[in-house]
Amino acid sequence: MQQILIQAVAVEKFYQTPDEKRIQVIAPLDLSICEGQIVALLGPSGSGKSTLLRMLTGLSQPSAGKILHNGKEQPPDNLAIVFQSFALFPWLTVQQNVEAPLEARGVAAPERAERSRKALDTVGLDGFEAAYPKELSGGMKQRVGFARALVVEPEVLFMDEPFSALDVLTAENLRSQVTELWANKKLPTQAIFIVTHNIEEAVLLADRIIVLGKNPGRIRTDFAVTLPQPRDRKAPAFLSYVDYVYRVLTQPDAEPGVLQPAGLPGAAEPARHTHQMLPHVRPGGLAGLLEMLPDEGQTDLYRLAGDLGLELDDILPIIEAGAMLGFLSVKEGDVGMTGLGRRFANADILSQKQYFREAAVKNVALINQIQRALQSKPGHRVSDEFFRDLLDEHFSEEEVQRQLETAINWGRYSELFDYDAGQKRFFIPEPEPDEEPARLDE
Amino acid sequence: MSLRLPVLAQSFFGERRRNLGIDLAVFAVIFAGFYGMIALTRYWWGAAVPSVSISRSPWALPGYAFYSVVRLFVAYLLSLLFAIGYGYTAANHPRIERILIALLDILQSIPVLSFLPGVMLAMISLFPSRQLGVEIGSILLIFTGQVWNMAFSFYTSLKSIPRELGEAAGVYRFSAWQRFVQLELPFGVIGLLWNSMVSVAGGWFFLMACEMFVLGNRDFRLPGLGSYLQTAAGAGDVGAILWGLAAMIVVIVLIDQILWRPLIAWSDKFKFEQVESTAEHSNLVLGILRRSRLAAWIGDSVDGFFEKVTLHFAGRRNEPAPAATSPLLAWLAGIAILLATGYAGLQAVGLLSGVTAHEWLATLGLATLTLLRVNGALLIASLWTIPAGVAIGFHPKLARVAQPLAQIAASVPATALFPIVLLALIRMGGGLGIASILLMLLGTQWYILFNVIAGALAIPSELKEVGGVFHFNRLLTWRVIILPGIFPYLVTGLITASGGAWNASIIAEYFHLQGRIFTTPGLGAQISGASDAGRFDVLLLSTLVMSAMVVCINRLVWRPLYRLAENRYRLEA
Repeated sequence: MQQILIQAVAVEKFYQTPDEKRIQVIAPLDLSICEGQIVALLGPSGSGKSTLLRMLTGLSQPSAGKILHNGKEQPPDNLAIVFQSFALFPWLTVQQNVEAPLEARGVAAPERAERSRKALDTVGLDGFEAAYPKELSGGMKQRVGFARALVVEPEVLFMDEPFSALDVLTAENLRSQVTELWANKKLPTQAIFIVTHNIEEAVLLADRIIVLGKNPGRIRTDFAVTLPQPRDRKAPAFLSYVDYVYRVLTQPDAEPGVLQPAGLPGAAEPARHTHQMLPHVRPGGLAGLLEMLPDEGQTDLYRLAGDLGLELDDILPIIEAGAMLGFLSVKEGDVGMTGLGRRFANADILSQKQYFREAAVKNVALINQIQRALQSKPGHRVSDEFFRDLLDEHFSEEEVQRQLETAINWGRYSELFDYDAGQKRFFIPEPEPDEEPARLDE
Repeated sequence: MSLRLPVLAQSFFGERRRNLGIDLAVFAVIFAGFYGMIALTRYWWGAAVPSVSISRSPWALPGYAFYSVVRLFVAYLLSLLFAIGYGYTAANHPRIERILIALLDILQSIPVLSFLPGVMLAMISLFPSRQLGVEIGSILLIFTGQVWNMAFSFYTSLKSIPRELGEAAGVYRFSAWQRFVQLELPFGVIGLLWNSMVSVAGGWFFLMACEMFVLGNRDFRLPGLGSYLQTAAGAGDVGAILWGLAAMIVVIVLIDQILWRPLIAWSDKFKFEQVESTAEHSNLVLGILRRSRLAAWIGDSVDGFFEKVTLHFAGRRNEPAPAATSPLLAWLAGIAILLATGYAGLQAVGLLSGVTAHEWLATLGLATLTLLRVNGALLIASLWTIPAGVAIGFHPKLARVAQPLAQIAASVPATALFPIVLLALIRMGGGLGIASILLMLLGTQWYILFNVIAGALAIPSELKEVGGVFHFNRLLTWRVIILPGIFPYLVTGLITASGGAWNASIIAEYFHLQGRIFTTPGLGAQISGASDAGRFDVLLLSTLVMSAMVVCINRLVWRPLYRLAENRYRLEA
């Protein structure tokens, strides 16, 4: 049995709104990180990946439940995170940046210099001690970030999307070096926990993948990746793991067990009664995707994302929006056009707006509510407060704002309604009798 | 490599080639400073001479300049320490954050010179027999004029520290001290520096007023540039006036070159940017300091000290945390503050109860007059600065000539020019009614001008080209491109100018010159008059009215305008 380094017991995160409503960000979940593992945490945006990482590292306190580090509730001194934005102090040299955590531990100067030199050596940065971060390229900055994390010899090395601010080649290079150092036991750490939104990255690196679902955040599936390192991303076994994750992510309501590779189609999990949430997508983006998809047949999502050079976080919301409007059908990680979608894709811009308008009023609760409220009011004006109050019961303040922004976007595109930012209210614009409303916005 | 801990000191005195000549020069500067300190101490601890006789000889000017500069910088250092402490407390204690920020807002709106009688009398009674009392009084007044924007700047900087940087400090267990010296202070340096420059410029403005004033039947005159200029103007000595102005400009330019330019060059490293910018500031003085052995030695000593402090706190971190302030103590402190506030409030009400209804009404009437004057000054300032600023911003050649000239003109504190302008106007037969508007204008137009120039520079050339391609006429260009483009900057400039004009009204509406008092009806004149006559009830009343008006105008006019500018007219890169 591997030793458990960090254990989360029934941790959850929620916010209390002023009117005593509770917004659940992460539902109670259990999780343990064991010695010798690289654990990857995947999930769509809004599933609380970062929040979970911050609770595990003690940066944020869980609303309930507890986090045990080696069985103790007191977090140890030698925690470390490699950040997406590197989070280096620009006014400190490379060496000073790496020494800062040691200084915080009261280590004297000569020993600090020795240990930081060793850490910089490990990540291949010796010779850069006196440079300032802004003199370095992105990849080298993140190496400094790694060195700073390694210098405290953390039991678990946490990484928060460490490669996503880097260009593709640099990210590939750094990733493979991390795997190599880990495989050769050159890293002074016993486990790695990496948050990512890149499915391929997770399957490349991890021994174990945890997929979070959203609304509220919860563990959908937690499985081992048993491929030997180094991994070949063209191998069928590799692709079937990637495909599996795609299927889990594209069917947010299905029981992940039934999606196992070669699994049998089973009964879907009873639909959860959550409020419909608009994916933050611009209609123009959706129209672009629909026009690119072939009229007939299914397209593999993983391939589609690769062809378009899009990340999971970019493409999933678009697919979700297409499915919500009835333009797309998603099955087992494949996406296909519906009849309506085909008609939309082949229509001219005015008819596209017409199709969008009808689909949105029919399928999208928030658009429908706004539309009906505006129709019923004399003067066709309604303050946004009204809809904020409706949304407040289901979403956090920030999410309410984003929901409204998306609704405004969709409403404007479909010419259902417009929004006056100065007066903070929705209204139905007066039709102009002589002019065709052919605008090319979006 | 030697110890390389505390960023601030070590970076200033970086390790470069050393040079003996430079060391000697640095040594000479330190020696001169030492001599100045002794002279100053003897003067401060000397017997109180509230009304020094001011010589009009140009030879007295270096000495006067020295006294003025010391006053200014002691006040500035106090402001800096206070601003850092206040901003830090507000940003790190969520419970009192809102109270502290609201308090800052109100303190900012109280006209500085309303503090004058209270502060002066308190300080004089604290040191009745030493010159120190009056000096501390004037220093404190300058302090109240420059501290608030610095405190606000540091607070905003701390609140805008990127989340992941703060988390890095958290996850690596920085002590509060290490967090402060390695994250918070460096992050706030640039904002503090720019606000320091604004504050010191504002300090000159009040310095002129604080060096020579009447309080009841007592005449106060401190040796300094401000009293020199006022004395010269009082005597109508044009030669002395010119000498005084020249000395002041020389001092201001020197401070700019010796202090601010090197500091700006040094602060480049605290820019929070991912890529190295192409235009780095370089500076001669900073270069000299970086090559000096003596400066390096001082830098190393400061580094060593910082290192010891950091390690001390790091060691303490492992001990059990000292019990947090007990809730009982916090409650007691809260109750004490409440009682003190209540007592002061009652006293104030008692003081105000002597004011008749007629005086209340009169005060409101006077406030309206001053309001009109302030806005008149803003209007006149806008009328000339907007076209001029846009012209300068649009024509790089013109900017190269006009901008340095405008900077020098703006650096001369308006209060230094007051007596001269007033004298000229009186000779031409105008009264203080018109002169006061002109005087407010002198002090505030530059804020608008510089903001408009910045706004015009920020309009992307593509937008200007759109106007050219579609043959916009002049009116359309202004309406569609220029005015919306400069709007956010114009609002910022107007906000600053409005605050400045209210403050200036106290000096502009009531002025001692050649043994006479020139006055024109207004709230500012009432404050000055009350402080002259020792009518503390009227002083309190009119100060309250002025603060209330400034706060109301800020909330009702400027803040909505600012939000509009931010939301609708912000040109995003």
